[in-house]
Amino acid sequence: MSATSGDVDVRGSGREVHEEPGGHGSFRGYMTGFLLSVVLTAIPFWLVMADVLGNPRLTGIVVMGFAVVQIVVHMVYFLHMNTKSEGGWTILALIFTLTLVLITLVGSVWVMYHLDTNMMPADHGMHMPAPQSVPVEPGTAAPAPHQHQHQH
Amino acid sequence: MAAHSTAAFTADDFKGPGDTPVFHDAEGKHHPEGGTMLGFWLYLMSDCLIFAALFAVYAVLGRNYAAGPSPKDLFDLKLVALNTSMLLFSSITYGFAMLAMEKESQGRMQLWLAVTGLFGLCFIGLELYEFQHLIHEGATPQRSAFLSAFFTLVGTHGLHVSLGIVWLVILMVQVQMRGLGTENKRRLMCLSMFWHFLDVVWIGVFTFVYLMGVL
Repeated sequence: MSATSGDVDVRGSGREVHEEPGGHGSFRGYMTGFLLSVVLTAIPFWLVMADVLGNPRLTGIVVMGFAVVQIVVHMVYFLHMNTKSEGGWTILALIFTLTLVLITLVGSVWVMYHLDTNMMPADHGMHMPAPQSVPVEPGTAAPAPHQHQHQH
Repeated sequence: MAAHSTAAFTADDFKGPGDTPVFHDAEGKHHPEGGTMLGFWLYLMSDCLIFAALFAVYAVLGRNYAAGPSPKDLFDLKLVALNTSMLLFSSITYGFAMLAMEKESQGRMQLWLAVTGLFGLCFIGLELYEFQHLIHEGATPQRSAFLSAFFTLVGTHGLHVSLGIVWLVILMVQVQMRGLGTENKRRLMCLSMFWHFLDVVWIGVFTFVYLMGVL
């Protein structure tokens, strides 16, 4: 918005001959980023601490949305990301990394969730009392798998 | 050797000042000015992958409490909010330091860097206090898979911030000794990226671990 024009002013002044992702930005840019990130931090904390929405699942999704927006704000105003710095190589590296991050996160959760649900035949579906099926040390493993399944 | 010039290079490209062929690019004229910045950015991206792996571990193990305490029992969101504000303030003060650097006012820059370092120290102090409190309550990394993943993820971030503070202090000493040369400016810009990157990672931590943990 307004801060972007401030960035252009700095570049246009001729002080910055070369462009880099760590370029200095402007006072206006930093302040805009800071105020935005304060708001984007305060709202999720308020939503969770005051339990405003009353629905944990919905609150979780909204909070994640705020985090994504705040990450973009930090990238633009603090890390000075744009599509032109270093001839586009920084944004290309970022896109490549985000792809790998997505594969790592989604892949891990997906695979491990299915391992959890499919690879525990003794615990899957029927709730056998633990002492009858396998001898378990008292108070260690027995309650955990049940509790774990309910969480999903 | 010089006869093997391809279409991309003419023989003039290898000529040094005294008309002798130079193969080593000593002047660095074939590299863009911001080469260090791009290289450091690539390092940050690889660091991002480390954090992605740790986030994935937490996503997989974060609900395995082994009948131990859950995030709801352990996390104090007021403390986390305070911690987050420390890191946010340190980000904007580092920004002010960079603006002062651009205006060549070394004293003001050093002052803002010192403020940034203090905010960073507050962040680390609060985090250590939280860890100590958790361990005192018996919520050690050995207690459950959730706590192992929690301490690894948050601890790795804290370690990064701690090393960032060490780096910051070293750079302040260097600037004091040698002034604001090209090298020191470049180093300060690398640290700027590192510091803001850690702030970005913390957004993921407080959202995914703390806020979503107590839901």
